[in-house]
Amino acid sequence: MSDQITGTTDLTTQPSTLAAELFAPGVGAQAGPPTTPADSTAVPAGAHSHGGPAPTGSPAERLTSTDPDVFGVPTGREETWRFTPMKRIRPLLDGAASDARLTWTTDLPEGVELTRVEADDPLIKGLPEPVDRLAALTRQRANGADVVRVAKEAQLDRPVTLALTGTGGDDVVWGQLVVEVGAFAKATVVLDHTGPAKYSGGVTVIAGDGAQVTLVSVQDWAPGAVHGGQYDAVVGRDATFKQVVVTLGGDLVRLVSNVQYSGPGGRADLFGVYFSDETQHQEHRLWVDHAVPNCTSNVLYKGALQGEGARTVWIGDVRIRPTATGTETYELNRNLVLTDGARADSVPNLEIETGEIVGAGHASATGRFDDEQLFYLCSRGIDAETARRLVVRGFFADVVQHIGVDALQDRLMGTIEARLGALPGLDDQPVEVA
Amino acid sequence: MREREEVSVLEIRDLHVTVGEGDDTKEILRGVDLTVRSGETHAIMGPNGSGKSTLAYSIAGHPKYTVTGGTVTLDGEDVLAMTVDERARAGLFLAMQYPVEVPGVSVSNFLRTAATAIKGEAPKLRTWVKDVKSEMDLLEMDPAFAERNVNEGFSGGEKKRHEILQMRLLKPAIAILDETDSGLDVDALRIVSEGVNRTREEGEIGVLLITHYTRILRYIKPDFVHVFVAGKVVEEGGAELADKLENEGYAAYVKDSNEAAAAEVARA
Ligand SMILES: Nc1ncnc2c1ncn2[C@@H]1O[C@H](COP(=O)(O)OP(=O)(O)OP(=O)(O)O)[C@@H](O)[C@H]1O
Ligand SMILES: [Mg+2]
Repeated sequence: MSDQITGTTDLTTQPSTLAAELFAPGVGAQAGPPTTPADSTAVPAGAHSHGGPAPTGSPAERLTSTDPDVFGVPTGREETWRFTPMKRIRPLLDGAASDARLTWTTDLPEGVELTRVEADDPLIKGLPEPVDRLAALTRQRANGADVVRVAKEAQLDRPVTLALTGTGGDDVVWGQLVVEVGAFAKATVVLDHTGPAKYSGGVTVIAGDGAQVTLVSVQDWAPGAVHGGQYDAVVGRDATFKQVVVTLGGDLVRLVSNVQYSGPGGRADLFGVYFSDETQHQEHRLWVDHAVPNCTSNVLYKGALQGEGARTVWIGDVRIRPTATGTETYELNRNLVLTDGARADSVPNLEIETGEIVGAGHASATGRFDDEQLFYLCSRGIDAETARRLVVRGFFADVVQHIGVDALQDRLMGTIEARLGALPGLDDQPVEVA
Repeated sequence: MREREEVSVLEIRDLHVTVGEGDDTKEILRGVDLTVRSGETHAIMGPNGSGKSTLAYSIAGHPKYTVTGGTVTLDGEDVLAMTVDERARAGLFLAMQYPVEVPGVSVSNFLRTAATAIKGEAPKLRTWVKDVKSEMDLLEMDPAFAERNVNEGFSGGEKKRHEILQMRLLKPAIAILDETDSGLDVDALRIVSEGVNRTREEGEIGVLLITHYTRILRYIKPDFVHVFVAGKVVEEGGAELADKLENEGYAAYVKDSNEAAAAEVARA
């Protein structure tokens, strides 16, 4: 048995910082009974920190393959699929080949090259393998990859932007993107998904030694869109990789983000925000695999849910293998439930197989507005409606500001604010402080 | 001489307040009577758990507390009928014992939003920025605080300065300062006290200073001192009463109150 911890295991070691977070413990979690013992679904507030654990073994390896059939056809009962509405993702899982493409509008600064490689290219062979059937189908159907190359030591003067727009239609769009950033280069790449589409896209970022890479993936899809995808990052020696995932639109979005380190001293920051409205399903699954020494990972995902049937899933797996001494990792997921009838699942999972780490911890909380924060703002004359807006805005801004691209941040905050404005009956909700 | 442009009166009459629900309901305030006028400074002193913060929060309208009897009026208006924000706009201000952290909301945005709400219109940007700067200067707060999130990661002393900064900028008619002195070192205590005194000298404010210790009263001289024990005022006097408490502590009052409670139980 490894030292396997989920959010349900220990509520006694909450760091004091938790008290400052947005949640009133125990309120408003909209979760059903856990479906497996390891499920920490909608725990009011849980935090766990590990200093020097006593590892006792290693968990099963995760299945990866480029062959879809290795995974079988998911029924919805599998651990990796059990949160996903199978009917709605079925069009992607059916895996019908198609030539449909998203419309690409690109902005490529000096030092960046956009090319295409075929399926038999060594680059493709060397990519991290798919972790589920959908990802394997995607790798196959994409039949090659679009490649963004940033020359080594390049310092881009602006972000690389790939605006990927869906054009509707029933055909599934299959995509594979590889972002290769040379040693000591510094680059931000923005994937901006909009429009109507059924899209499954693989994205692999290879950050060379000492590179500093930011990947922003915005899911601002039109209503009805379905988006599945596996994101991989291979973080080089002393490289830093930052990923910011912003999921706002679409009917169903299911993204799996994996991180591995190819040399010591790497750092990965995984940030995410999601905002699920009525009937939207937004699922973010993370897997950080620490197998080399002295690497750092830091995960912060925040989500808000409003409306009947709004549904979010966050799975945060971090594994520290015996070889990964000197690892430092922390992950945090916060969900803000704005109305009844919404449900957020949150499952942090930390597996530690060496005692020689700097630190490891996680926290997860799902709740309503914190009455104390609202009271504080209102006690300064701010009306309850404005106070709520400030709090929710602040909740998201905390993560969005990590994008580091002002125009995009402003646009996303604007979208979020418009969504809040559309909140049905925000005025009529019971505001206890008023 | 103080100049009073407008005289405000906060009147608390026979205020009864409970916390908790059902079987856990507990009466904390048991008939508080108190009147605070503009230009007056009242000190409320009492032992831990006597209900001082409960009084402060009840006046401000915190949802945790249930008023079961009595009245609170400001210039004759029923404060208890107002929402929390209406109370603030009517001129009440509470500097909290434990100010709340609000992640993602910057101090400058917060202050401006609050000032806009209180004044009914957005303050002119130029003068506003200047006002905030100079008040922060006087409270010896680093301008960098303006860009930080409200109370997030502030030290105890910084939180208290931030509370007084808000009082300075929002210019309430009546300010309730709940243990603003606790957790302050001598320098911070002086700086914060000077902030309060500046406001008093400017004239129109009434101050209800809640404290456990007499220390702050050396800087802020009260006109009246109220001894608060077991949910009500048990003795009142001038500044000299604070000296008596300094020397003798609350023991005598607490004993009296315990005996009275025992007698009440015996009668029942
Ligand atoms: N939610 C609650 N449930 C039960 N008891 C409560 C609750 N809130 C406050 N109390 C109790 O009410 C009493 C008065 O508390 P209050 O905070 O008003 O005291 P205080 O005079 O401000 O104390 P201190 O000097 O420590 O600040 C205390 O006994 C406290 O435990
Ligand atoms: Mg108190």
